[in-house]
Amino acid sequence: MFRTVLAVLFFVGALAALAWVPTQFGAYGVGLLLGLTGYVTLASAWALFSGPTRYVSLATVAFFGIGAYTVAVLSETLPYPVILLVAAAIGLCVALVVGLATLRLAGVYFVIFTFGLAELVRQLVTWYEVNVTGTLGRYIFLPISGEQIYWQLLALAAVTIGIGWAIGRSRIGLALKVIGDDEVVAAHAGINIARVKLTLFAVSATIITLVGAIQAPRWTYVEPSIVFNQTISFLTLIMALLGGANRLWGPLLGAIPLFLLFEWLSANFPNHYSIILGLLFIAIVFVMPQGVLAMVEKLWKRPARSVPENVPVGKEVVQ
Amino acid sequence: MPTTVLISGLVLGGTYALIAMGLTLQYGISRIMNLAYGETIILFAFGAFLLFSVVGINPLLGLIFILPVAFALGYGIYGIMMQPLVRRSVKTGNLEVDSILATFGLLFVIQGVMLVFFGSNYTSYNYMNVGVNVLGTTIAANRLLAFALAVLIGGALYLALAHTRWGTRVRAVAVAPNSAPLVGIDVNKTARFAFALGTMLAASGGVMISMYQTFTASMGVVFTMKALVVVIMGGLGNLMGALVAGLLLGLVETFVATYIDPGLTLAATYLIFLSVLLWRPSGLFGKAAR
Repeated sequence: MFRTVLAVLFFVGALAALAWVPTQFGAYGVGLLLGLTGYVTLASAWALFSGPTRYVSLATVAFFGIGAYTVAVLSETLPYPVILLVAAAIGLCVALVVGLATLRLAGVYFVIFTFGLAELVRQLVTWYEVNVTGTLGRYIFLPISGEQIYWQLLALAAVTIGIGWAIGRSRIGLALKVIGDDEVVAAHAGINIARVKLTLFAVSATIITLVGAIQAPRWTYVEPSIVFNQTISFLTLIMALLGGANRLWGPLLGAIPLFLLFEWLSANFPNHYSIILGLLFIAIVFVMPQGVLAMVEKLWKRPARSVPENVPVGKEVVQ
Repeated sequence: MPTTVLISGLVLGGTYALIAMGLTLQYGISRIMNLAYGETIILFAFGAFLLFSVVGINPLLGLIFILPVAFALGYGIYGIMMQPLVRRSVKTGNLEVDSILATFGLLFVIQGVMLVFFGSNYTSYNYMNVGVNVLGTTIAANRLLAFALAVLIGGALYLALAHTRWGTRVRAVAVAPNSAPLVGIDVNKTARFAFALGTMLAASGGVMISMYQTFTASMGVVFTMKALVVVIMGGLGNLMGALVAGLLLGLVETFVATYIDPGLTLAATYLIFLSVLLWRPSGLFGKAAR
């Protein structure tokens, strides 16, 4: 009990410090912090669903883009908080439809479907813009500063990690771990697999949509090929994997070094950016498929006592 | 004009069927879900473009150079990237997820290489771009040639799989990878060969696409999706199914583009994909592959 209170206090203190940080930096620093927080949130939200269930979702950018586009379309007609609500609602609806359609199927089909979802949404939006509204790009003029975006993202990141923490200690978290280990066992234990997966997928997708919506005012100009860029899905995935998708702090740990690395790469090697990214990604898949945290834990434990290799991990997910 | 749609749909479907056969070989036999498949197609489309516009070799002759290169590339990729994953999966059992992630990385590598060399512009060249009259409809000769090639290559592959000793071995691995070693089949070698063969089919598909269509370095995802839809419609690892489903997809796309809106073809593809998944996840033709 005491430890929990202490942890919460520490968490709140850290948040306050992080919220204060941008006042000390110039515009570039704020932009950097903002992007970093955005990716921390994306990776954490992605891991909420994909970490425990091991369903690899490649649809991050579909939801991200939906959020950004909603803001672009509605920015002149509705007040900002309402737009965010609308964006979240749209993201939730799409997630429910996609989830209902594909989550009952085997993992591979889900991956394939999410892989193409971004392309589908992008083409539908393009088609709609070209044929119905007659323009492709849109401008966003919202009086929102970089700091304000950063604070919103920080709050969202805190909420996401909070949700991850709460899920880890609840019945649904336990159910998720069983599903991830063995779906047949989960079904026999009386877990409603489809419902658990759908709930988590919807929560994760809604958060991702919100990240897109919150970041949209940064761009001022939005068009489908910008907001539905596959690289976003890719970065989210690689960050979560590097840190360890089934650890609470894993995505955060993966996001920070990789984001800084990407910033540096895109500044110094703009043309070879995606080649380096791809190679890095392959390397991560090969060297540490479970993520850095799991690897550190394994190395830590080995000298202490010899644990059999294939003991299901799960207990140490949330301390 | 229904006959026009029918004929141009079938011609388009020929290419789809061919590329889907390659993917079904890779997934059905090597167990590698290759998300970089479309990028491979585009890569060799650029290859054909280079041969044609720089060296002046026409795409048909170009196939003689391109196909062995593609085979070697596939053989190399499987040996370097996939084999360690396959070996690891004996213990962990998640080859599917690992291969998806690894080839997702590969997708960005190939795309990046193409962007560096060719930029992000639309590319095309003029080869046999004359109209030919088929049953009262005019079709570009290059499309017709692509169709003929697809039939030739696809047919040869089907016959080889159905009637040769090698084909029997490959099908054995597809049906029962665990039992195949019992009758003296080297599963690893067969898988590697099938993966390389799949890459070769992707390359021939790329050459065909380059003959009649404009393409860009970032277009691969669309082809991967189409090939996947065809493979799933036809049933995983089912060559005949891929053939029929590919033709069907070509027809549907042409119908949608002609009668509804050209911008909605991918949406139509998706709709088919979803309905097949929900209604018959094991494919339109018969029982589950595994």
